[in-house]
Amino acid sequence: MSAIENVSRRRFLAGGIIAAGALVLGVRHYSKLSSGDKLPHDTKADHATLHPNIFLGIDADGTVWIVASRSEMGTTSRTTLPLIVADELDADWKRVKIEQAIADKRYGDQNTDGSHSIRSFYDAMREAGATARFMLIQAAAKQWGVPAAECETDLHVVVHRSTNHRAGYGELAGAAANLPVPSREELKFKPKSAWRYVGKGEVSYDLEALVTGKAIYGMDARVDGMVYASVEHPPVLGGKVKSYDDKEALKVAGVRQTVPMDPFQPPPAFQPLGGVAVIADNTWAAFQGRKKLNISWDNGANETYDSDAYKKELRETAHKPAKVVRNIGDADAVLAKAVKVYEADYYVPLLAHASMEPMVALAEFKDGKVTAWAPTQNPQAAQDIISKELGIAKEDVICHVTLLGGGFGRKSKPDYVAEAAVLSKKVGRPVKVVWTREDDMKFDYYNAVASMYMKAALGADGKPTAWLQRSVFPPITSIFDVNAVYGDPPHLQQGWTDIPYDLPNLRIENGPAKAHVRIGWLRSVANIYHAFAVQCFTDELAHVAGRDPLDYLLDLIGKPRTIDFKGVEYPNYGAPYDAYPWETGRLRHVTEMVAEKSGWGKRKHGKGTGVGIAAHRSFLTYVATVVEVEVNDQGEVRIPRVDTVLDAGLVVNPEATRAQFEGAAVFGASVVRSGEITATKGAINQSNFQDYPVARITEAPYQTNVYIVDSDAPPAGVGEPGVPPFVAAFCNAIFAATGKRVRDLPITKLGLS
Amino acid sequence: MIQLKVNGAEQSFDGDPEMPLLWYLRDILGLTGSKFGCGVGLCGACTVHVNGQATRSCVAAMRDTAGKEVTTVEGLEKNGLHPVQKAWMQINVPQCGYCQVGQIMQAAALLNSKKKPTDHEIDEAMSGNICRCGTYQRIRAAIKAAAGEMA
Repeated sequence: MSAIENVSRRRFLAGGIIAAGALVLGVRHYSKLSSGDKLPHDTKADHATLHPNIFLGIDADGTVWIVASRSEMGTTSRTTLPLIVADELDADWKRVKIEQAIADKRYGDQNTDGSHSIRSFYDAMREAGATARFMLIQAAAKQWGVPAAECETDLHVVVHRSTNHRAGYGELAGAAANLPVPSREELKFKPKSAWRYVGKGEVSYDLEALVTGKAIYGMDARVDGMVYASVEHPPVLGGKVKSYDDKEALKVAGVRQTVPMDPFQPPPAFQPLGGVAVIADNTWAAFQGRKKLNISWDNGANETYDSDAYKKELRETAHKPAKVVRNIGDADAVLAKAVKVYEADYYVPLLAHASMEPMVALAEFKDGKVTAWAPTQNPQAAQDIISKELGIAKEDVICHVTLLGGGFGRKSKPDYVAEAAVLSKKVGRPVKVVWTREDDMKFDYYNAVASMYMKAALGADGKPTAWLQRSVFPPITSIFDVNAVYGDPPHLQQGWTDIPYDLPNLRIENGPAKAHVRIGWLRSVANIYHAFAVQCFTDELAHVAGRDPLDYLLDLIGKPRTIDFKGVEYPNYGAPYDAYPWETGRLRHVTEMVAEKSGWGKRKHGKGTGVGIAAHRSFLTYVATVVEVEVNDQGEVRIPRVDTVLDAGLVVNPEATRAQFEGAAVFGASVVRSGEITATKGAINQSNFQDYPVARITEAPYQTNVYIVDSDAPPAGVGEPGVPPFVAAFCNAIFAATGKRVRDLPITKLGLS
Repeated sequence: MIQLKVNGAEQSFDGDPEMPLLWYLRDILGLTGSKFGCGVGLCGACTVHVNGQATRSCVAAMRDTAGKEVTTVEGLEKNGLHPVQKAWMQINVPQCGYCQVGQIMQAAALLNSKKKPTDHEIDEAMSGNICRCGTYQRIRAAIKAAAGEMA
């Protein structure tokens, strides 16, 4: 390791995310966050007695410091990754302390998105633990004059059984630190039979802090001398302030000043949106001052955007031949000659993330450097955009990561963090930018609105002889390239190019769509609309063919095989295909298992009740879901039960994984029931939970049963893959219960009531 | 000047009487356990007790708190953890956790008035509290566990 300067430790975020006692009941007494000349780059692990790896340090008192380099937004990765280190180290979990990393490229990728924290860091975590364990054993063997091979570890202690020598990790840390750090080839990893934590799991390291209100989110970050800001953004993307009058705003008690903010230069990427900021002594005053601003806007080109007209455009485009992204056989020829052809259009509107914590960030610009505290999934991107906005070096941006009050992909876009830094420079004080819920709804990076056209020719046995599917959606790449209109392979792969059916004639297309709002990643992203179309269309075809939906689905999945993507651009979620091949047998297995667990075909469903099934692979995880619904005479839909089976390879933390799939069902329920963002004259119509409702306790599934396939395959994603099959299975269940097909989400348009 | 009690301590406030209690607690007193989620009383993240009643502090004006006793999560239990907090840990309810303080304050108020709430009563009491991570089935289970503990 390079030399690390010893800096002052005045920050209350020291040691991670939990506030010092001063914040809890200490009225009018705030600890000071670091804001001095020397900025904190280091961790306690860096300064520990034994520090063989950036992720790990062991003190002489036996305390094990583990660095969490990825953001915690509720998936428990901040706990689960350190568990892997602790297991390989054979450490006592009670003696582990987790500290949150700042943005620092030495940790590799910190963008906590795409359900890959465990997959991408499993080996690194094991290696960190195994390295320290190796050195502790070497140190003990040397001290006792015995062969290292005869020594073993037993929960924070190195043991030599035949001589009855025992020494704790803390006692050995000093001696171990003098030994060379072993190469990866020298390491011995624990056999599965000796795992203490991996596969068994743990509750969140922060659990007590979460239930006592002591956990510190971005919303809770404070620093001496800070002021609060609320920003009136241009109502239409790309709009500009023509002129503004702040006389009334400045009369509001507590308002200090207003600050005009530059509009972004297209493409928007992660730049602040511009507008007018109100700076005040507290959040409420900033909100009130903002209401008194009188701003005249130049709305720009997106003023023509109307979501109803746009929907029609998307559907028309979906009916025209488009860019071919995968082709097998000659679907067009077979469809042209077929006796029985079935077609359907599916539509999913723009969706908002609506994390419970709105966007918020605190930043201090001082002496040419920025220190930020933010609930961000992507702290290195925050460094990037701040350095660009302020014209300073990336190294001069320190970004602390607080806990996130939900993220779902929104907080991987750090526009709000940059806003705080820009404002701090302009007002010469630390600034905390607080978005209202209305700001969050109106200035999101929405999940793309999408139209899917599906067409199949059915043979005499009811199975498709040809299959055409065409999707049209404004791509996420449009936020980085104003001319981007087609889906790119990383998003077309999401349930579209990788349709797992064994079809003799298959044609997959994607048509163009121009974005008029910022499009972004939202929990499972393009899988939501793609799986909705494919899995609901499958259910429709089963009905047309007079077949049981489960049997029909299994027939289409076909015999176990590895999908050959020759000639198709298929990124496989960034994972090597040999380690993570697309195995239809695994999808088949979860489907059969969910049928059994849910009692498919064995339980009676009365009037207004029904079950639906769907199966889908995303983020390298295979999932099948059965949803049961009850629809009463008033058209109210209840979800009494959900069964879901997942095969995510090795599951490190089953408890956290179950929670993710329970949550995914609720997230999916919101998509189906009420998720819809619309725009008129370029401005978003929705503003808060009254017009963008999300599932409440009464609307969520009453009981979600999660079953995890025991697998030795390498670990895959668990945060997102529960959403897509739930959405489709829920819609299929509504058909089973009511006879009404869901093709247009959300179901408020279905006319159930 | 508005006089009120917060977690048993006398406080006085001479700012904008229209300021919601939430911002007084968070920005002036530094009690950040109560969260800002919607600002209009639709999500429940800001739930505190005012004279023992679950109250959305984001829409409770300071002028209406005069002479009242406010309890936030920081003052929910003087010694250790409240039974609701213990149940929340036992059932491992939180995911991101942001809404959970509001959920806990709502649940604690429910259990003060109903010793053994039914599913229907739980739904009714908790339907004003949104959890975007989707922990509802665990919330229901935790309330039942806490009810058993407090009985």
